[in-house]
Amino acid sequence: MTEQVARPVKIRTIGRRTDRADGVEKVTGRATYAVEHGVDDGVVDPLHLWLVQSTVAKGRVSAVRAEAALSHPGVVAVIDHTNAPRLHDTDNRELAILQDDRVGFRGQIVALVLAETLEAARQGAALVEVDQEVDPHEVELTEHNATYRPETVNPDMDTDTDEGDVDAAFAQADVVVDHTYRTPYEHNNPLEAHATTAWWESDGGDERLTMFDSTQGVHGVAQSLAPMLGLAPGQIRVRAPYVGGGFGSKGEAHAHVMAAVLAARTTEGRPVKLAVTRQQMFALTGYRTATISHIRLGASADGRLDAIEHIVQEQTSTIREFAEQTASPTRMMYAAPNRRTRHRLARLDVAVPSWMRAPGEMPGMFAQEVAMDELAVSCGVDPILLRELNEPDTDPETGLPFNNRRLVDCLRHGAERFGWAARNREPRATRDGEWWVGTGVASATYPANRMPGNAARVRSLGDGRYAVAIASVDIGTGARTVLSQIAADALDVEPSAIDLEVADTRLPAATVAGGSSGTSSWGTAIVAAAQRFRKDHGDSAEPGLETTATPADDPAEERLSFHSFGAVFAEARVNHWTGEIRVPRLFGVYSVGRVINPMTARSQFLGGLVMGLSAGLFEDSYRDPRLGHVVTQDLATYHVAAHADVLDVDAEWLEESDDTFTPMGSRGIGEIGIVGTAAAVANATFHATGTRVRSLPITVDDFSGADGI
Amino acid sequence: MKDLTYLTADTADSAVELFAATPGAQFLGGGTNLIDHLKLGVATPDALVDISRIPLDRVEEYQDAIGSGLRIGSNVRNSDLAAHPVVRASFPAVSRALLAGASGQIRNQATTGGNLLQRTRCVYFQDVTTPCNKREPGTGCSALEGYGRHNAVLGASDACVATHPSDLAVALAALDASVVVLGPEGERRIALDDLHRLPDDDPSIDTILEPGELITSVELPRTAVAAQSTYRKVRDRASFAFALVSVAAALQVEGGRVSDVRIAWGGVAHKPWRARRAEDWLRGRAITEQTIRAAVAEELTAARTNAQSVYKVPMLTNTTTLALLRLAEEVAQ
Amino acid sequence: MDMHLTLTVDGEEHSLDVDTRTTLLDTLREHLGVTSPKKGCDHGQCGSCTVLLDGRRHLTCLSLAVAHEGASVETASGLATDGLHPVQQAFLEHDGYQCGYCTPGQVCSAVGMLREATEGHPSHVTADLIGEVDLDDDEIRERMSGNLCRCGAYVGILDALRECASQ
Repeated sequence: MTEQVARPVKIRTIGRRTDRADGVEKVTGRATYAVEHGVDDGVVDPLHLWLVQSTVAKGRVSAVRAEAALSHPGVVAVIDHTNAPRLHDTDNRELAILQDDRVGFRGQIVALVLAETLEAARQGAALVEVDQEVDPHEVELTEHNATYRPETVNPDMDTDTDEGDVDAAFAQADVVVDHTYRTPYEHNNPLEAHATTAWWESDGGDERLTMFDSTQGVHGVAQSLAPMLGLAPGQIRVRAPYVGGGFGSKGEAHAHVMAAVLAARTTEGRPVKLAVTRQQMFALTGYRTATISHIRLGASADGRLDAIEHIVQEQTSTIREFAEQTASPTRMMYAAPNRRTRHRLARLDVAVPSWMRAPGEMPGMFAQEVAMDELAVSCGVDPILLRELNEPDTDPETGLPFNNRRLVDCLRHGAERFGWAARNREPRATRDGEWWVGTGVASATYPANRMPGNAARVRSLGDGRYAVAIASVDIGTGARTVLSQIAADALDVEPSAIDLEVADTRLPAATVAGGSSGTSSWGTAIVAAAQRFRKDHGDSAEPGLETTATPADDPAEERLSFHSFGAVFAEARVNHWTGEIRVPRLFGVYSVGRVINPMTARSQFLGGLVMGLSAGLFEDSYRDPRLGHVVTQDLATYHVAAHADVLDVDAEWLEESDDTFTPMGSRGIGEIGIVGTAAAVANATFHATGTRVRSLPITVDDFSGADGI
Repeated sequence: MKDLTYLTADTADSAVELFAATPGAQFLGGGTNLIDHLKLGVATPDALVDISRIPLDRVEEYQDAIGSGLRIGSNVRNSDLAAHPVVRASFPAVSRALLAGASGQIRNQATTGGNLLQRTRCVYFQDVTTPCNKREPGTGCSALEGYGRHNAVLGASDACVATHPSDLAVALAALDASVVVLGPEGERRIALDDLHRLPDDDPSIDTILEPGELITSVELPRTAVAAQSTYRKVRDRASFAFALVSVAAALQVEGGRVSDVRIAWGGVAHKPWRARRAEDWLRGRAITEQTIRAAVAEELTAARTNAQSVYKVPMLTNTTTLALLRLAEEVAQ
Repeated sequence: MDMHLTLTVDGEEHSLDVDTRTTLLDTLREHLGVTSPKKGCDHGQCGSCTVLLDGRRHLTCLSLAVAHEGASVETASGLATDGLHPVQQAFLEHDGYQCGYCTPGQVCSAVGMLREATEGHPSHVTADLIGEVDLDDDEIRERMSGNLCRCGAYVGILDALRECASQ
């Protein structure tokens, strides 16, 4: 494939509000998601699949008795570890289901029921009797778990870092903040459950697997399944035209995808549809690990940091490692000559943790930004000034210059818009009727990521129209819309002249819609392909002429530190009588390079802020240590923010362009809205009440005193 | 979900007959809780007798030897009852309680009778893979030492610490409502406060209704104190969440002294908890923050908590104090 | 067991046999190919499956189809039979959605909610139970709280419905 250096594009449509390309389909419900495809899409006479889960956290399946299930009308087959199709590669124990009798966590898939109807499948699953041998389990994350030091933390970072003499610095510090901060298990809970439709076809001995999957990356699914199934990736076609949210949990295939694929292997070509239930999602489709952060900040009396220490304990599962990079933002956020970070993992008998919006940054920055607020209080320094005082000249971790670090601009702009200057610094000093009122601030950051492995195709359709193709997935971010804008500017035509094709592994490869890397990665590929197309075929190409190209590596990536920054401001009110918490104002300011579509970008920021608010006040997956699974396993007991919780939430961004990072001048925007938001809310509730809460979520019972809060 | 026989009844009498003639039957009203339980495997009836088409869907004024009031058909939808002009004007706690519950859609579907007979949202009760004495007697109570934020703090037993989730029932308990019940043996009236039972050693039974008995209406007596009533609910989200604690209160003050007061609590017990000791303590006294707190303390001497539920005692005290102080302000105006 | 059922969906009459266990939602999605109502939780906890049932907003996941013999169902798709409904237009204008999965339920819920307000139904945040209903921001938020949006598009939804409420 052709490599092409992507040069900055001439900005015309980029930066303008452009209506969503798929808006009408979405507001009418005519958009079709993973298990909504019919005959027109090749889904003929499908069978329904239901998962049977283990009810012990550790042990073995000694018998699966299927007679009762098989005699239920409509049940077609029961598949367990004794009769499931064999996989070629079982290293990934999350995906290698039904290959042996081991149970590694409660809720693991131990059998599958195929049936003619959903009702029969559900009842069939209820009738499957699973005998299990029970081994003792350890599922509770505490400070007393046995832990180990992983080789690296996600995505490929150092597990530990050390600079200077941390202990000596703490011994000499005027002020030391030393506290433990906790974040709970959180579940992504996209509104569309994880779902897959899959069918196998054999074409003269050449086997083909076709899927509609609710995924953030179609190529990633094909690539992870292919070796396990003994197929070449090209034998698997995955499409994801519409995906009902993901927030990381659909960033890679989870066990249910393999369940659908294995079940479909047994049906002689009949498609199999599987939608994971909401309850099953709490065991099977990923979650954010709980974290315990011990933070020490050592500073001079006026608030200049001399030492930072962030020791993280979190958990992974026995069947597959996942090491959340919780202390990673602590390494680059503030200046301090002495610094120590550690990640330690407890390997527990629990479901496999996975990606959730701003993995690492979200829990890590909650801890650090509350600690910074505590330092501001200890030093009697305004929290914004404290952050300004500790601005580094270069990236403290790498020593590289920051490409575009505008944290202070975000803080100052936000302070002005939020009315920070009028704030009385004293906590528990403002009362409005029943309510204690406070405000808080926190910084946000997220690395700018651009992935290798993307390509795009540009084809002339004649009459000045172009087909642009890349396998990227729009999970609600607006990718369909902004990629059309990027293609239009790269080809110097109107967006209406672009026919964009996405979300199909038959198209040029695209990496995951995750890590805030999508638009940067795919957009750069589109620009590279468009520029190469013009070079090869000129400005008025004959219909049918096409170019596929991949962007050449950018040497600037080695020389500079690329991060986005932001500042989040919150007003919190805590009811004197009941402890109820309201957040009447939440405001974020971001430096993210050039914003490609102000409408969809604002929605992304607001969505991140809302999810951060939700994490701040509600989200908590309670894992019962005796049983092993999350017992708050539905949307009535695992609360996410409802409409009434979201009051005046707004976001702005700095006008800027980062042409060094992408030819569009943009960096990613999907995660940064959630970073720091829970900390801003926590800091505001402290300012309102004088009570410091160091553990998420912050709930009414944190403020329940004998005579009011 | 097991195979189901689906039967419909046109009248309350025929519903009771159908039920008696059909082994393994359960009544189906609005379905908002039962359909949920069918899917979870919590309820496993062989047959459903659909009572939703019985014309018990009217709210009527009644007058009898004892007094007057509202007779609310058991099929009146929660949203219609909350919006009923007489309920809004004369029984505000009932409107407020209904409006504090569930969502607009669910209130459109859920019926008056069904609301009262909904079952606990204890996470273990709803998860058939866990021990639960209410769902499966003799298996043990997982909540006692498990997820306990919603646990009962009054009237619970070692067999069960579940709370009753209805908001409506709390308001009705405070306002001395009763339910009219039709069964194979005929009709009877049960005070709302007596309808639900405490768990004792058999939490599988929520109410004193006999199998096959059907609630046909709720009678809400018109009293002066009911018109000065309110409902205050504390929950995690601002909306669409079950109560951590809730308070239905009604107050009448004469000459600076409490002449009548009603207090009922939700989220604290296996039933709506009518706080009669607190009411008795307050009657005849001036209504101040101190007297309310003292009254609530009287009632809460029996509270039993654990580390996760201990917050409910101060929260209940403070919320009751707030509700009554606000009512006192309104009454004074 | 199967039972016979007639149902009008978006103006079209359907006559079919369904399992007594089948919910109205699964009847629409799996038997009639009407996938505008979405399955988000299947337990009445998210609002994605909301339709207008005989004119009122209704959760189809918490209803057995056989209990709604003869009912008329209107989905978000049906609301757009003759061009987009004003609520849908406002959702587009104010970007009241992202992934689109909760959106058809939000739209149906909004249409039902506006009708309820017109009929004078109070809400949890209505200060005066006896007075007129003024559909301000807090009222809209409260009345729409049965429809969760994990993308967090509430701000756009509110903007859209504020515009609809004023018309």
